[in-house]
Amino acid sequence: MNAPEQPLARDTAYNFAYLDEQTKRMIRRGLLKAVAIPGYQVPFGGREMPLPYGWGTGGMQLTAAILGADDVLKVIDQGADDTTNAVSIRRFFARTAGIATTERTPDATVIQTRHRIPETPLHADQILVYQVPIPEPLRFIEPSETETRTMHALDDYGVMHVKLYEDIATFGHIATSYAYPVMVDERYVMDPSPIPKFDNPKLHMSPALMLFGAGREKRLYAVPPFTRVVSLDFEDHPFEVQRWEHCCAICGSHDSYLDELILDDLGTQRFVCSDTDYCAQRVNQQENGQ
Amino acid sequence: MISALSVNPVPDAHAQRVEPLLKVQGLTRLYGPEKGCQDVSFELYPGEVLGIVGESGSGKSTLLSLLSGRCPPDRGRIDYRGKDGEWFDLYSASEARRRTLLRTEWGFVEQNPRDGLRMGVSAGANIGERLMAQGVRNYQQLRGAALDWLSQVEIDPLRVDDLPRSFSGGMQQRLQIARNLVSGPRLVFMDEPTGGLDVSVQARLLDLLRGLVRELDLAVVIVTHDLAVARLLADRLMVMRRSHVVEAGLTDQILDDPQHPYSQLLVSSVLQP
Repeated sequence: MNAPEQPLARDTAYNFAYLDEQTKRMIRRGLLKAVAIPGYQVPFGGREMPLPYGWGTGGMQLTAAILGADDVLKVIDQGADDTTNAVSIRRFFARTAGIATTERTPDATVIQTRHRIPETPLHADQILVYQVPIPEPLRFIEPSETETRTMHALDDYGVMHVKLYEDIATFGHIATSYAYPVMVDERYVMDPSPIPKFDNPKLHMSPALMLFGAGREKRLYAVPPFTRVVSLDFEDHPFEVQRWEHCCAICGSHDSYLDELILDDLGTQRFVCSDTDYCAQRVNQQENGQ
Repeated sequence: MISALSVNPVPDAHAQRVEPLLKVQGLTRLYGPEKGCQDVSFELYPGEVLGIVGESGSGKSTLLSLLSGRCPPDRGRIDYRGKDGEWFDLYSASEARRRTLLRTEWGFVEQNPRDGLRMGVSAGANIGERLMAQGVRNYQQLRGAALDWLSQVEIDPLRVDDLPRSFSGGMQQRLQIARNLVSGPRLVFMDEPTGGLDVSVQARLLDLLRGLVRELDLAVVIVTHDLAVARLLADRLMVMRRSHVVEAGLTDQILDDPQHPYSQLLVSSVLQP
């Protein structure tokens, strides 16, 4: 938890970071294009990875393409470092690339994530890699791929608000709570992957580079550092993030994203930070302060 | 300042009406010999209803999709006079411009309302979609427009949050009309809007359409094979057969005194109850 874990010996049966060099070059070319056009979905020749679609194959291919021998990798799943998916992916890269891994957000140079952006503010030399299930924000309203591409090309985004309208008409407020659509640099509407809308403001003017990879749909896109990212909303129903009446039961944080835990059959609940590293850091600080 | 005003007078309503809205010259699109439509020319004026009649396969629907910018013609051109008074060629304009036109100044009422509506979202969202595409970002305003238009097309405003699939066929068709008219279009294309409805519902829909067309001063191109619909709605008629326009003129003239043998056949084949 403190110093980066010592690199394991790399398994030389595999090429560095599993993918072959030509594939990594192809993905890097795609990434350059994605960074040049913020929010635009670039197709790439997705490869089979040794785990099923939906487990983060898109994010893993991007991570493999950008990893260098001296990178420090952190992998989180629902904000936690110790869930199955996170542990497996971290171990996969430790073995195939022989790189150092960490659970501490400030120490990492590459963070692969599913569902969350770390609570600890990111800094300029970090790269956040998202695993994306459905990259197309218009998919809900328009099933045709040809049509959605035309809509992106012609900046034809009226239908995006139809979904938000439906929410207000049905629930009285915008009930979309994750994968909340955003407008990137006043041009492309983008699905920020299934992060809670709580994390949407962290995308705006972030100093870190954000890369998004969808393995099944074979699309990647990016938000370069210091890019304007605005969540869509209505004038009389502005964008709002979730708030909790509780604080974290472990570290007492009032302003982090909380998970609800049900403790027994009587429905006793506790709320804890979903970002385990942030929570542990705060507990550490409190202990040192005493 | 004053002299500039007198040199460039604001075009008054009368001048707007004497100039056509749509000019069509030599429009041709053929899928095979005499399959499709060829050499169609006409002008459409503001507030005018043009009916296109003919048997199945005569090229009516092809002509309509050419006119509404959905399918490029082999030959010929379509010029449209925009709200600003500028003429432009529909198919040499950019696709972005054509799309903007289709969801602002134009409307398209499909024969089957399922093609023209978004079946997965509520009636209110269907009506509000064009406004949202035009940049209206105020929920109350969208809601108000939806309720207003539902009552204009005689649907109970209480059903604003219901899905269109829970509506009857006639209500779906009226909802589709509301969805198209909400943006205040100047030109509406209709492809057999009363097809597939039973006779009493047809009559109500026609009545409603006639009222709205007069009230909003819409120019309409309506395709139908039902001469009764044509007589009720259209000012002018074009009779099509085997991809050609065989006769064109005022509705009453064509229906009461058809000149072309095919028009005569068409008129005489209507069943008289």
